[in-house]
Amino acid sequence: MHELALTQSILHIVEEAVKGHEVQRVKEVRLKIGDYSGVVTESLTYYFGLLSRDTPAQDAVLKLEKLPILMTCRDCGWSGEINKHHIECPQCRGINLRLDQGREFYVESIEVE
Amino acid sequence: MHQVMEWNEDVSDAVKRELGSHQVCLMNVLGSPGAGKTSTIVELIARLRDKYRIGVIEGDITGTIDAETIDKLGLPVVQLDTDGACHIEAMSIQHILPHFNLDELDVLMVENIGNLVCPAEFNIGESFRLALLSIPEGDDKVEKYPLIFSTSDALALNKYDLKEYFGFDDARVERNAKAANPDISVFRVSSRTGEGLDELTAWVDGKIAAALGRA
Repeated sequence: MHELALTQSILHIVEEAVKGHEVQRVKEVRLKIGDYSGVVTESLTYYFGLLSRDTPAQDAVLKLEKLPILMTCRDCGWSGEINKHHIECPQCRGINLRLDQGREFYVESIEVE
Repeated sequence: MHQVMEWNEDVSDAVKRELGSHQVCLMNVLGSPGAGKTSTIVELIARLRDKYRIGVIEGDITGTIDAETIDKLGLPVVQLDTDGACHIEAMSIQHILPHFNLDELDVLMVENIGNLVCPAEFNIGESFRLALLSIPEGDDKVEKYPLIFSTSDALALNKYDLKEYFGFDDARVERNAKAANPDISVFRVSSRTGEGLDELTAWVDGKIAAALGRA
């Protein structure tokens, strides 16, 4: 996807969050990323290292928590984890599924000192 | 908690509000290069222009070929040259809106950049999305690019007159599209023979009417 712009957005969120607080440095930024979001996490980490230089987030650890795809079958009521390469209800083989989790992409928390 | 895509989402919401204040709705048209986005837009215009005042934004990486095609129809059209970018962002639409007299429009049709990946990620203030997939692209595309179909309200299988030549399994595509998005409407159309265009037009008409509160 567009990991450079996404990383800029993450750093913008961090800068806005620490503004007005007495922050020496940002220690950790925690992200939650759904498996269906299309975000390439290796690129995020790479760009974060480059773009965070000379910002409060320099040397901060970027923690990425991946969220599996969870769906509920509207036909038989099954719910659970789905492989994104094979979207089908494992119980009734139906495809009338509702996405419960997997598209997330957000900053969960920022740890500072 | 902050959504990382919020910079685009906020602008998309602002565009939608701006259009809404002028009673205008936006249709986002997505698909590969060569899927038939421009031809389909031309056909929809021909069938809907007596009912709605239509404007068009033609997104392209460079050049004005598609905008010239629409310009010949005598409708307001603005070329959005993304200068290499692979998708349109809400900010680009926001910058282009002042080129239109929104009080003299009901519908803004936006032809997105030909691409099955990136445009899916970016809302641009649309009321609804129409995705196009043409027969020669192959019947595995919904499985390969599920996001664009999961976020579209309708899928038009274009160049349907070529189905037999390509051995295109339309049932497979429809099944996968419904798996990605149970609410998606699927149409079989050909802008060359005219097949299916009345059905697609009726769907688009219904979506516009609903968005404008005229349903």
